[in-house]
Amino acid sequence: MSTNTASAASTGPVRRFGAWWDSVVDRYNAQPKGAKLAWVVLFAVFFYALPLLRPPIITTDRIDFGGVLFSSAAFALVALGLNIVIGYAGLLDLGYVGFYATGAYTTGVLTAQHWHWPFFLALPLAIAVSMVTGVILGAPTLRVRGDYLAIVTLGFGEIIRLIVTNVDWLGAAGGIKNIPHPNNIGPAPTPPFDPGGLFAIPRLQWNGLIPSIDHTPLHQTHFLVFGALDATPFYWLVLTALILVLIGDRLVKASRVGRAWEATREDEDAAELMGVPTFRYKLLAFALGAAIGGLSGSLYASSQGSFISPQSFPLLLSMLFVAAVIVGGSGNRWGAIAGGVLVAYLPERFRDFADYRLLVFGIALMVLSIWRPQGIFPSTRARRAKAAAEEIEELEEGPAHV
Amino acid sequence: MHFDVLFNDFTAYTAGGLVYGAIYALIALGYTMVYGVLQLINFAHSEVFMFGTYAMAWVFVLLHGTEQVQWGLGRAAPILLVSLVAAMLVSGAVALLLERVAYRPLLKKGAPKLICLISAIGASFALSEAMGLRDRFAGWVGLDGKLDNYVSNARNLYANPVDIKPHTFFTVGGYHVSDIDVVIIVAALLMMVALVFFVDKTKFGRGIRAVAQDPESATLMGVNSTRVIQVTFLVGGLMAGAAAMLYMLKIGTTRPNIGFLFGVKAFTAAVMGGIGNLRGALLGGLILGVVENWGSAVFGSDWKDVVSFVLLILILLVRPSGILGEALGKARA
Repeated sequence: MSTNTASAASTGPVRRFGAWWDSVVDRYNAQPKGAKLAWVVLFAVFFYALPLLRPPIITTDRIDFGGVLFSSAAFALVALGLNIVIGYAGLLDLGYVGFYATGAYTTGVLTAQHWHWPFFLALPLAIAVSMVTGVILGAPTLRVRGDYLAIVTLGFGEIIRLIVTNVDWLGAAGGIKNIPHPNNIGPAPTPPFDPGGLFAIPRLQWNGLIPSIDHTPLHQTHFLVFGALDATPFYWLVLTALILVLIGDRLVKASRVGRAWEATREDEDAAELMGVPTFRYKLLAFALGAAIGGLSGSLYASSQGSFISPQSFPLLLSMLFVAAVIVGGSGNRWGAIAGGVLVAYLPERFRDFADYRLLVFGIALMVLSIWRPQGIFPSTRARRAKAAAEEIEELEEGPAHV
Repeated sequence: MHFDVLFNDFTAYTAGGLVYGAIYALIALGYTMVYGVLQLINFAHSEVFMFGTYAMAWVFVLLHGTEQVQWGLGRAAPILLVSLVAAMLVSGAVALLLERVAYRPLLKKGAPKLICLISAIGASFALSEAMGLRDRFAGWVGLDGKLDNYVSNARNLYANPVDIKPHTFFTVGGYHVSDIDVVIIVAALLMMVALVFFVDKTKFGRGIRAVAQDPESATLMGVNSTRVIQVTFLVGGLMAGAAAMLYMLKIGTTRPNIGFLFGVKAFTAAVMGGIGNLRGALLGGLILGVVENWGSAVFGSDWKDVVSFVLLILILLVRPSGILGEALGKARA
């Protein structure tokens, strides 16, 4: 392995942050179950309130903060789904955008292009179609190993994009317009005066570090109106989906299935010999990942813009998804979420750099990978492996390294 | 489906496909070499190619000026040779930089393979954006006035001022094979032969094969693996530079994001032929170029890329490790 991992914890802001974070995780794990639950609930409430709290520094001024939160949460959801494929099952999928697009287009076709289903009826079907697509792609290709799978999935993502670009039934290059928003809760808005909804929630405004309540009617969030004006309800919807998927993810990971994935990832032949039907579990990972991608795509299609086109699903997006999972910490669901948020949020936060933001983003990806190769929040397993490797190295090389 | 279109102009589509295939093959060599030695997908290799295309056009702007003219191949030949050298040098330099900045720090740490991929994706973004923002950089150092011919309109199409006009070299089955086509295919084949000779016969080539087979044993046997990795990147870069110059000879325009699609195609070609296998890269490139050209005749050019990816999937289903499917190290150990 390496020559200087033993002394790695000493320098660099990213590394110091990493060490700090590892200690936070350890302390959290040491707490009793009730306290853990309380922390989680508190955490969730904070995130629901975030678009109304608008804390300084992290709030984006130039661009609607609710919208940024929406795309961050949507990216986090995608990353969570891709984490199942890459992090748990160890399959490098470079065409994940294909499933995202499948979900979005199924929703678009069902609710706007050819039929007029309500959103919540189209959503399950979009998930199902993406899942089936995942199985159709996975069944022949998952027998191909490692890096070959990467290029095959990459090709698949591109095929999906080219199909939606060229098939008129799917709107071709023009895309699908006027996709309906999710259904409102409470009275519907009537355009000029009545904003609708059950009640209105004001948000905070900050003068330096002093908060006050912002009573501007336009800045209020109406519970719960999905309209073009306010992105916050969409953010809440995605956040809810994210939390549900997170719970499901936890259950699956801790089950027999999760262990089968881990065994397959670490050594496929050994797993097969131990009686794990590796192919079936890999296919399951692929299908579940695809379903979550479809869910996210469907939410995206019906979001504020209510418009999708082939340009919304470039192959580059796949790279961003993969980057989100790996930068966050492949195999750790919180890492994937953090990575997703980071990848969506950073370019928006640094709009001040305007034209330079992709350049800065690219450099940031390189710097992050070099400083913290296990990801920002490595999985428990990766941390244990690293600790063990360091211990072995110390035993082997002993005082030579001091 | 228009099979008649294909069969009426079969030689034309085949020849056109071979020309593109030769360029794919040259780029694919870079992917294959790096993969053979490091088992890494060098995702930023596409940008190495992109820098080469600019180097080619810049040489023409430098030596000829910005006046739009149309020259035959013969008249452009001296500048073309200079531009070939320049493109190879620039691409080689970018590849070396890439190895130094995006890979070596990670390899030293023994980082997981996937994180190298992310670092490469980051490098790819950064390189492509750096090219797209070159007018700003020139502005920072106060050279934007002097370098306008090179940097203006940085994000858009950048054309070689000299339009190199093809002439019929010979005719096959009613298709006029142009001198440019011949030059591209011959040049690509020559580079390929030279590379195979380098890897199979020279001392450095032996080092590359040794590291590809077993990096640890190679190091124990006195092979400087850092140097070998550097050379691998450099050679891949030189080939991409040559491909870039040939591409510009055929197409004449470039843009900062041109690398991506070509990179994906070339990587497809490398995988198709059997990644890590030099002859496989050639074969994969030519097959990909020809079949996708046939496909665009039959299904329409909108479906060209779909054809190439479906072909890839089909080939991998039948031969899961590519057509020739051998690693660099095993090729002739």
